[in-house]
Amino acid sequence: MAKLLIYYAHPGQRFSRANAAMWARAQTVKDATCVDLYAEYPRFDIDVDREQQRLLDHDVIVFQFPVFWYSTPSLLKEWQDLVLEHGFAYGHEGTRLAGKAMQLAVTTAGPETAYAPGGHNRYPIRDYLRPLEQTAFLCNMTFLAPLVLFGALKAENSGQIEQNAETYGWLLDGLSSGRVPVEEAAPDAVLTHETLRERV
Amino acid sequence: MDFLSLAFLFLVAGMISVPLASKFGLGSVLGYLIAGIALSPILSAFRVDVVSLQHFAEFGVVMMLFLVGLELEPKMLWQMKARLLGLGGLQVGVTTLAVMGIAMALGLEWSIALGLGLIFALSSTAIVLQTLGEKGLMRSDGGQASFSVLLFQDIAVIPMLALIPLLASPALMDSYVTPYEPVETQLEAPEIPMEDGAQAEDGHAAGEDHAGEDHAGEDHGPAAPGWIDTIPGWKRALLTVGAIALVVVGGSWLTPRLFRYIALARLRELFVATALCMVVGIALLMNLVGLSPALGTFLAGVVLANSEYRHELESDVDPFRGMLLGLFFMTVGAGIDFALLWDRLFTIVGLTVGLIALKAVILLALSYPFRVTGPNRWLFALGLAQAGEFGFVLLSFTTSVQVVPQAIADVALLVVALSMLLTPGLFILYDRVIAPRFSISGEHAADEIDEEAPIIIAGHGRWGGIVNRLLLGAGYRTVVLDHSSAQLEMLRAFGFKVFFGDASRPDLLVAAGIERAKMLVVAIDDRDQATEIVRHVRKHHPHVYIIARARDRNHVYELWGAGCRDIIRETFDSGVRAGRSALEALGVHPFDAERMARGFVDIDRRTMRELANLYDPEIPTHQNKPYIERSRALRAETEAAMTGGGTAYDARIERGWAPPVGRDEPEGDPAKGIE
Repeated sequence: MAKLLIYYAHPGQRFSRANAAMWARAQTVKDATCVDLYAEYPRFDIDVDREQQRLLDHDVIVFQFPVFWYSTPSLLKEWQDLVLEHGFAYGHEGTRLAGKAMQLAVTTAGPETAYAPGGHNRYPIRDYLRPLEQTAFLCNMTFLAPLVLFGALKAENSGQIEQNAETYGWLLDGLSSGRVPVEEAAPDAVLTHETLRERV
Repeated sequence: MDFLSLAFLFLVAGMISVPLASKFGLGSVLGYLIAGIALSPILSAFRVDVVSLQHFAEFGVVMMLFLVGLELEPKMLWQMKARLLGLGGLQVGVTTLAVMGIAMALGLEWSIALGLGLIFALSSTAIVLQTLGEKGLMRSDGGQASFSVLLFQDIAVIPMLALIPLLASPALMDSYVTPYEPVETQLEAPEIPMEDGAQAEDGHAAGEDHAGEDHAGEDHGPAAPGWIDTIPGWKRALLTVGAIALVVVGGSWLTPRLFRYIALARLRELFVATALCMVVGIALLMNLVGLSPALGTFLAGVVLANSEYRHELESDVDPFRGMLLGLFFMTVGAGIDFALLWDRLFTIVGLTVGLIALKAVILLALSYPFRVTGPNRWLFALGLAQAGEFGFVLLSFTTSVQVVPQAIADVALLVVALSMLLTPGLFILYDRVIAPRFSISGEHAADEIDEEAPIIIAGHGRWGGIVNRLLLGAGYRTVVLDHSSAQLEMLRAFGFKVFFGDASRPDLLVAAGIERAKMLVVAIDDRDQATEIVRHVRKHHPHVYIIARARDRNHVYELWGAGCRDIIRETFDSGVRAGRSALEALGVHPFDAERMARGFVDIDRRTMRELANLYDPEIPTHQNKPYIERSRALRAETEAAMTGGGTAYDARIERGWAPPVGRDEPEGDPAKGIE
């Protein structure tokens, strides 16, 4: 049994479809704490103590967000800048997050083919997630294989939104109950609703 | 000459000559002195007793020291102790000995020489402090050093008055023949009113007591201070200590209560009357126990320097100080005996220039061990090089106790007056020649000390209080003015530095240091007064940054018209926040609500700024055609935008977060995919 803390960072929720479905599903996970960062901190005044306490109270930290400019939305970056303090998250005495796990669930506008040599984004999606992977490493956290929905803008037409949301839910339920093992991801591992279709 | 015509004469003379002198950069003191010189033929034609008038006017010095004391917190006075005693003591000591030596070298008896040394060692508190204040140099290092020395001199007059009678040698008096008869009569005549006057000058009254038995009995009325000599020494000491204690305790304990009581009447003139009553009362008390009234009021000032009524007292007493000092300077000018001056022109001018040079050299030498440096050294040396108004007092005293012969006193009197007359010239020399040379080398700026708080907050109610708390919390020092006594008491209890006073009065703003302030926050309730303050400060103190609280939209325009460019509507922000809360409660995502609120603020502000440029204070808003037309157009625009009729508002709050559209969509935006 692992306690889940699910952070959701999306500034334009009125226009969201894929992430909205994922977020709705995440809130059905038993005993998980769900935080809509843009709702909680619309003026970016992040309560560092409270966020650090939240981290301490949970085992698996989930970040759900759309990829903006090959990175996180700005509030999630602000959250990282403020909450992951030296002496708390990293550094000689900063061992408070050691042993916890980080799970990413992201959506991209570009299709899977774009994230490859020859595609217009040129590098695999994992490369764009390295900063977070390295953050987990520095904090002695286990970095789990990220769940990615490629081509999210076109996903609506093909029923992938529901499928992806359900896969996301299955993953979260599994991490919570222990059915899905908490283990370090291989350097190139990516989960999608397609690769997990048989297991869900 | 009757009182009214005399008052009219002096007022007119001051009115004409002082602005002229200021226009030519000569300073008010020289203006008054010249006015006095111009008046002297008229005054002597009407046989006006200039000297007794001068003694009355010297009460201005007492008031000035009270005001100086108000500016000086006890802590600061304590910090000055080294300079006060060391620099002041050495200046008086060395100058006395030097003048004495020269006088003896010129063939005078040692007792006469010492008497003259004591007289010439003193400088003019009135001229120097007035000029330093006018030029804003009071807080510079040179100004502070000058003040220390002047204060020491004021204190030193008391033991001098005790010492001088011991030098008496009646036998010597006859060996000096008066060269010029009329002077004697002119000088002697005023002595009697001088002693009788209830407002007899500091030290002088005390001096008369020491003068001895032959005087005290006959000249003084029953209320005169002579009685103190009739009681034993230990009782006298006890009385003196008691009087000082009364001033200190009365100042700190009684004054706030008294003013709170006076405030109930809500009459401005009652405050003025109370402040005057305090100063006069202390002066009387000091006379009674034989102390210097100037010293007593100075002490009271220091005690009240921390009080919330400090600025109120300052602005109430200040006009009287100014008028009396002006009168005093005019009497100095009028008192110059030109007949004697022409008669012995070279002797007197030579002695005056010599005295100024001697005093300046001694001051320069002393400035080195006491680390008065740069332009401040010259300010200090040139500023204090004259003889002072106490010189007049000591001179008449020394002649009456037969220390200095009348003939010599007549010449010395002219030297004192002439050196005072030349002092503004020395300040001009400092201003035009010395200070510019130092400011080029960059030393001048570094030496300036600014003790005032840079931020003045007018009005400490619900709104100004928040501003003040925020600024204090951020470590800035503020001066707060408020006219509610009850409010002040509470704030004082919480340790806020607040002062009683109506901020709409320009003089109170000056007393609070608007001339040196960087910022003014206008937070008073009365909208018209707030606008007036802004208009006044913009006009007279354009260097001050003004933040004003507006009651509503129209007030914003009024304040804008008055020249304020940082206007905060008192209820706008809270209204916007309430609107945002409403949106959130209606289910709008908090971040969307935040962006809607920001968009609203943005549009509203832009609209208002545009309209403010069309606002004309000369035309009532409802008659201002371009204003009305633009206002209508803008309102229509905003309303259309807010109700979905337009696109500007939506674009403002959604820009950036809406998913990419059009040609790029099939490919997917590499940057922002909001699926």
